[in-house]
Amino acid sequence: MHQMFKILKYSFYDLIRSRWSYVYFLFYLLLGFVLLFLNNDVSKAVITLMNIIIVLVPLIGTIFGIMYYYNSREFTELLLGQPIRRSHIFLGQYLGVAGSLTLSLVLGLGIPFLLYGLFKSNAIWDFGLLLVTGAFLTLIFTALSFNIALSHENKIKGFGYAVLLWLFMAVIYDGLFLMSLIIFEEYPLDNFSLIATMLNPIDLSRTLILLKLDISALLGYTGAVFKSFFGTQWGFLISIIMLCLWTGLPIWRLVYKAKRKDF
Amino acid sequence: MRPFHILLFILFTSTILYAKNIEVCSTCSAKTIKEAVANASAYDTLLIKKGVYKEFNIVIDKPLVIIGKDYPLIDGEDKGEIIRIVSDGVTIDGLYIINVGTSYTSDYAAIRVVKSENYVIQNMVLEKLFFGIYLERSNNGKVYNNKILGDAVNEYNSGNGIQLWYSHNVEVDRNIVQGVRDGIYLEFSDHITINNNKSINNLRYGLHFMFSNDDVYTNNIFENNGAGVAVMFSKRIKMVGNTFKKNWGTAAFGLLLKEITDAEISGNTFEENTIGINIEGSNRIEYRNNNFIKNGWAVKVLGACYTNTFIGNNFLYNSFDISYYSKLNDNLFEENYWSNYTGYDLDKNGIGDVPYRPVKLFSYIVNRTPETIILLRSLFMDIIDFSEKVSPVFTPDNLLDARPLMKKIQ
Repeated sequence: MHQMFKILKYSFYDLIRSRWSYVYFLFYLLLGFVLLFLNNDVSKAVITLMNIIIVLVPLIGTIFGIMYYYNSREFTELLLGQPIRRSHIFLGQYLGVAGSLTLSLVLGLGIPFLLYGLFKSNAIWDFGLLLVTGAFLTLIFTALSFNIALSHENKIKGFGYAVLLWLFMAVIYDGLFLMSLIIFEEYPLDNFSLIATMLNPIDLSRTLILLKLDISALLGYTGAVFKSFFGTQWGFLISIIMLCLWTGLPIWRLVYKAKRKDF
Repeated sequence: MRPFHILLFILFTSTILYAKNIEVCSTCSAKTIKEAVANASAYDTLLIKKGVYKEFNIVIDKPLVIIGKDYPLIDGEDKGEIIRIVSDGVTIDGLYIINVGTSYTSDYAAIRVVKSENYVIQNMVLEKLFFGIYLERSNNGKVYNNKILGDAVNEYNSGNGIQLWYSHNVEVDRNIVQGVRDGIYLEFSDHITINNNKSINNLRYGLHFMFSNDDVYTNNIFENNGAGVAVMFSKRIKMVGNTFKKNWGTAAFGLLLKEITDAEISGNTFEENTIGINIEGSNRIEYRNNNFIKNGWAVKVLGACYTNTFIGNNFLYNSFDISYYSKLNDNLFEENYWSNYTGYDLDKNGIGDVPYRPVKLFSYIVNRTPETIILLRSLFMDIIDFSEKVSPVFTPDNLLDARPLMKKIQ
């Protein structure tokens, strides 16, 4: 365990020192300030921010994860020669990357909102939820990209699959979802859409945040069905469990694969 | 004229032409309002002094002026109707009425006017009521400056603030109505003017028209009602300069038009409503210079709407500007300002060179399959909206603003 933290610390500081981490942090910092400067309303800014987080956080998580893995391949091979457990090496690296990305996100957005009086606003819970889902999305997509990288020696192939994964989750899934809603419009679709939403972490995060905002009134009858599910503690708990599963399963597979892989 | 004659003249006119004053209080000769009404003769003035009067079913059957001093309290003790006016030329001013009875067979009201004309009801405060002011087959009246504060919880056991039934030529001005079922309700009432009222926090509608023609309402504020204003089965209604605000909820709207013809809707502000205007089966309506700000749907056109014109309106930051059901369009959109417009103006004449298409593909899909609204604000929807904007396939291709404005109309 001690060694895992050492690797985690190394990866974390390695990234923290790197330029990209700063760029990512500064991007969110700037975004937060500009959004708040433009409309000066914390709760309105949360909506705009949601649109960005839903798309960008998974993308950055995927790209960053896969880039880091391929870049630090030689260092990984060096570590593999040492008497360190494999699971510790990969978990350490993964947590280092995901941790630094999450930190950039939370600090980058947190600072401007704090300065603009988040604690005085009643949007604090919405904002909190936004950060939590953002952190989950980072963890999930970094883990998925590590999985892809581990399974593909070929960088180009790995990169392609990673981008495809993001594209599928962020765009294609919703397209298929929409198609099936239209094709089966004669049938009751409440449960289907609930389950379909649960199965995609991006959709799940979007729905969770939307239902917290008063824009949920736009969702009409469907929204009422969703609200009666997600609005309850039980529904919220299930959503969080789903997000945890989405984080846990790729990490488990990462460890499992890493142990058996022939380097 | 000598002074003596003047004195005589004044004495003469004050006793014959000017009616007498009757005071009502706990120590006066008339202790209850009923008693005072019974003893009064036509055109007398009843001065009701401050105090508590536990009375109900007060019938005013002669032309009287009833004035409350410092808001005397009339407590109906939930027993029934409080004041019923059955005579022409009655004025009621400055009373504070509470505890109107609730009944499911007769609509008890704080003040009911029955088959009477030329009445004035002003400066009243009504609380804990069932119906507030109920005008029944009574024309040519004035309802001014009243405050109606209900505490309705359910639609089925609450009444309306101001109700007009078969009453024509009535002015309803500067009233505040809140916490009732319908703030102001008109049924079979023509030539009514409703100005400067505030109708807020009502369970159903702020203002509700049924089968009423040639009415005008201006400069009213409708805020946070179940739905702002419903205009149904009425003709030639003028709606000018009103504010429809925060009618927000899954089935809420600022203004509902159903089977309306030849109306004028201008200079109104629709702000933060789930649906700004919901239109169904309404023809020849002119929408001019309205502001639609931050609504879910600014205008939702459900069907059978022909020859409507939208000119010079501002559509600002709505989730959907127009939602449209049918493939056929016979309505005109011209020279509106759309905050979602992304075109350009090369000749600098203030009018965009590219037409604006206010119907998004997503809103078309949502109309077809309402469940798809769950994809609101997803990246996929933004992408297909964009592609539909570039080359429209599904939305009616003549539904466009050919001359969108580049700058907001002030």
